[in-house]
Amino acid sequence: MASMNQLKVKDLQILKLPPWSFELSAGESVFLSGPSGSGKTRLLRALADLDPHQGDMSLDDVSYLGMTAHEWRKKVAFLPAESQWWCVDVGGHFNQYNSDLLQQLGFSKETMSWEVARLSSGEKQRLALLRALAENPEVLLLDEPTANLDDKCTRVIEQVVEGLCRDHGMAAIWVTHNASQVQRIARHGWVLQGNAIIRQDT
Amino acid sequence: MNLIALTPLDLSLAAALVVLLALLSRILQLGIASQLLVAGLRTVVQLLLIGLILKSIFSYVHLGWISLLSIIMLLLAGREVMARQKYRLKGWWGFGLGTLSMFVSSFSITLIALNVIVNVDPWYTPQYAIPMLGMMLGNTMNGISLGQDRLNQSAWQQRVVIEARLMLGWNWSRAISDIRQDSIRTGLMPIINAMAAAGIVSLPGMMTGQILAGSPPMEAVKYQILIMFLITAGTGFGTFVAVWFGSRRLFDERERLRLDRLEVK
Repeated sequence: MASMNQLKVKDLQILKLPPWSFELSAGESVFLSGPSGSGKTRLLRALADLDPHQGDMSLDDVSYLGMTAHEWRKKVAFLPAESQWWCVDVGGHFNQYNSDLLQQLGFSKETMSWEVARLSSGEKQRLALLRALAENPEVLLLDEPTANLDDKCTRVIEQVVEGLCRDHGMAAIWVTHNASQVQRIARHGWVLQGNAIIRQDT
Repeated sequence: MNLIALTPLDLSLAAALVVLLALLSRILQLGIASQLLVAGLRTVVQLLLIGLILKSIFSYVHLGWISLLSIIMLLLAGREVMARQKYRLKGWWGFGLGTLSMFVSSFSITLIALNVIVNVDPWYTPQYAIPMLGMMLGNTMNGISLGQDRLNQSAWQQRVVIEARLMLGWNWSRAISDIRQDSIRTGLMPIINAMAAAGIVSLPGMMTGQILAGSPPMEAVKYQILIMFLITAGTGFGTFVAVWFGSRRLFDERERLRLDRLEVK
């Protein structure tokens, strides 16, 4: 699956937010938090190259500019807070998926023929995670993925991401408000405060 | 020729109907009364002007003057295409793309028609060239304008869906392909309807005009078929150009959705 060794980010800057530099190794899971409206989503979007920004990013010393934007986004996947669906049934959103993960997330093959309109918010978010993982990303960006979910569903998502980090060397960056979640998912992370992004251990 | 000349009084009666309509829409507060009147006034002034210009160009056939008139018509059409769109590309892109699409839809097709199909000598004989170009511009404008409008509006409304696809690593073209198809369909719908209904539900305007002016019906019909096909082809190619380049412009070189390149009217 994932084979990256290191994500390097140098002076990533967007809008008026402070520049952000960090390195992330394979298998690492970190958090990014800060008051709402402080620009956490902006930073994640910049990491996925979804908005114009300054600074450089590289995966194993290959700059993001050295590949097309969609190749970069396959390697640096983004799971937004609210998932979007455009086909009638679930299967229409998948070219491929990992069937082990499908089961870990609590689904079976039949799920692919379900109607999107009948999914609960928890089911939607677990399927969105499966979809975001379909291209075997090397880094997964999670933007408050469990904000509207119950505890059980939240744990399933945390465990699946943790498993991928541990067993397959995927790296994860979680945007979260939730202090107890921070404890569970990461040893360290960053806090966005006014004009600085401060590294913090949990 | 049994042509019955229209008097100013005849035209005033028709104009009175439009004024009545404007009055009604003022009462119903539809907010289009003044637009209606201005458009009506423009029809009169513009048509009278073009009548005068055609009169002098017909009597003095010269490629230079005909080209000049054609280019002015093209530029005005390019402007009109973008004029009534709610979401449109900022700056020169809006006008430029409108003009380019109209060029493809009208200029190229009219040139082919004059040289290959109608085969008049010289090919720029103004009696054929100008009315045909005008008809192409006027009729293909609609489809191009609708297609472009649909594209920009859908991109605006479905930005989260488009971006969700980009997040999954789709390239820009795939991320917007369903919207693009939809926009081209929207652009082509009116002309397909017009072809399907031609002669059954409606008698097309050009043919009606020719018959009113005394042409034999079968000759009028043949010209109408020719024009219909040319308009369809022109609308199609022009809409392709407008929607393709328009959709590309909505993304930058890093395949980011750039709705800041649209302005909202």
